[in-house]
Amino acid sequence: MSFADTRSIPLVDGAPKRYRGAFARLYRGEMRLLLTRRRNWILLAVLAVVPVFIGVAVKLSDPGGGDGPQFIGRITGNGLFLVFTAITVAIPFFLPLVIGVIAGDSIAGEAGQGTLRYLLTVPVPRGRLLAVKTLGVATFTALAVVLVAAIGLITGALLFGVHSLVLLSGDTVGIGNALLRTFGVVVYVTIALFGLAAGGLFISTLTENAIAAMAATVSIAVFSALLDAVPQLSAIHPVLLTHHWLDFGELLRSSISWSDLTSWTALHLAYAAIFLSLAWSRLTTRDITS
Amino acid sequence: MPTSAAVELSEPDVRPVHAPDESSEVAVRTAGLTRRFGDQTAVDAVDLIVPRGAIYGFLGPNGSGKTTTIRVLLGLIAADAGTVELLGQRMPRASARVLPRVGALIEGPAFHPYITGAQNLRRLDLSDATADPSTSMSRIEAALARVGLTAAAGKKYRNYSLGMKQRLGLAAALLQPRDLLILDEPTNGLDPQGTREVRRLIRDLATDGTTVLVSSHLLSEIEQVATHVGMMSGGKLVRQGTLQDVLADGAPTIRVETPDLDPALHVMQQLGLQPATAPDGAITARLAAVEVEDVAAALVRAGVRLRRLNVDRPDLEELFVTITGEGFDVLR
Repeated sequence: MSFADTRSIPLVDGAPKRYRGAFARLYRGEMRLLLTRRRNWILLAVLAVVPVFIGVAVKLSDPGGGDGPQFIGRITGNGLFLVFTAITVAIPFFLPLVIGVIAGDSIAGEAGQGTLRYLLTVPVPRGRLLAVKTLGVATFTALAVVLVAAIGLITGALLFGVHSLVLLSGDTVGIGNALLRTFGVVVYVTIALFGLAAGGLFISTLTENAIAAMAATVSIAVFSALLDAVPQLSAIHPVLLTHHWLDFGELLRSSISWSDLTSWTALHLAYAAIFLSLAWSRLTTRDITS
Repeated sequence: MPTSAAVELSEPDVRPVHAPDESSEVAVRTAGLTRRFGDQTAVDAVDLIVPRGAIYGFLGPNGSGKTTTIRVLLGLIAADAGTVELLGQRMPRASARVLPRVGALIEGPAFHPYITGAQNLRRLDLSDATADPSTSMSRIEAALARVGLTAAAGKKYRNYSLGMKQRLGLAAALLQPRDLLILDEPTNGLDPQGTREVRRLIRDLATDGTTVLVSSHLLSEIEQVATHVGMMSGGKLVRQGTLQDVLADGAPTIRVETPDLDPALHVMQQLGLQPATAPDGAITARLAAVEVEDVAAALVRAGVRLRRLNVDRPDLEELFVTITGEGFDVLR
């Protein structure tokens, strides 16, 4: 081909024409990259196994309540509780692991591989790159939570059936209301985990070593949970990143405390805002030498 | 000349930000560009001038500051002092306006290993707000064809050879029509055939009107395509100009083979030359003010019997050594 006949780029202010939907295309490229990587499918597969594993274990052993993760004793009565049990089991480790890998890799991976310099000279402005990476990580986080919930729902329905939901306070609500509350749980947990995801994005701007960024991100969650387990530190417990992760049970009460839910959500969003600001200030001033 | 440019450019309001850059005759201009890493000055007051339409060979050994300069040009790292203009606009401020018209290969290719070459180009093209999405596929195919990579388009990048990776990097730089190409060591990892193809590609692109800034530590390779050269040494731009001008710096050497050694030496000394005898018995001397035909005439007049007489012009590499006084090795 000849470049001579395609060379007249429309000029606006000396700048080449921009085509509509540029951010959407950038986002599409990012998601395609996340979803074509085999490693990411393995992460999702590990998450999908969690509800199936719990469901089968409960079916086979029929635990008589008492010990075990929250809601596990109620699964046999209503398969819907498998969703909540699976999320409870996945929150302390599996979900942070997935988020740590995806968020930690997001920018450090591109830097270590050298693709960051080529993205920036396309050019993708640095702020825009952070925005699309944030959106990609957020999408993957939501996908991970939805996956656990969906597989939990399907497995629960197949093994135990889904019935009207007996709330923690003893009242009963219909299936429609129960599914709405389940959706609320998914949204709450996604936002809660997004605080960690934003931390991972920030760490990812600090290094070219993706593995280190992944490990550091998972360590944030582990460290926060550790502090949360020390009774002498109870004063700071309410503001720890992980403290309210399991409080999604609030959505299963007959009178939901919206003020609590709002303040917890605000805490998670505040963490996200702080981490993302740090990530922005770092990425927009960083020398790209890799 | 560079100094006056530096003064002019350090006035922030000399050039309006939105000046139509078509008027600019210079594709790349830096003034006093300096970048330090710790106590090491990687780029030291460099005044680069790449005229529009030139093939500018940016030369220097590994570690001389070429790649750092290129990274600053493209806005990847910040300058400690000095200014950069690409296509008439100030960088990094005008990145979004200028960089779509600049194709770059920076310190080797880099792509995602677990997707194919074509998918990698697709990803870059999707990221470009100025790339027409409706022509994306055809432009990717054309770019792959142009670098001879069509057959390997569907192969995972991980399985590419070094030469194929380098070609994919070039294809990425050619996804859009460019006004300026910045190619950092584009022939790394290529075999002689591939190197020739890259040289031809550079010539073709320049014929189409694209300005090419090509860095290399292989001076002889650049000598064959460049119209202009700049020589970096220890972070400084030690010489810059048209290839002809720079080559003319080097005094040619005359080489005389004759059985009449003593008379020949005597004649040449009388002409003001400083002849020396080479190990193989030939006489060599640098021709500074004397023309070769005058030497030949004088030798013949004196009855010196000539077996062979020729003139060697120093190539870029020899010149580099003369200019910097250094061998062409890693300096730091």
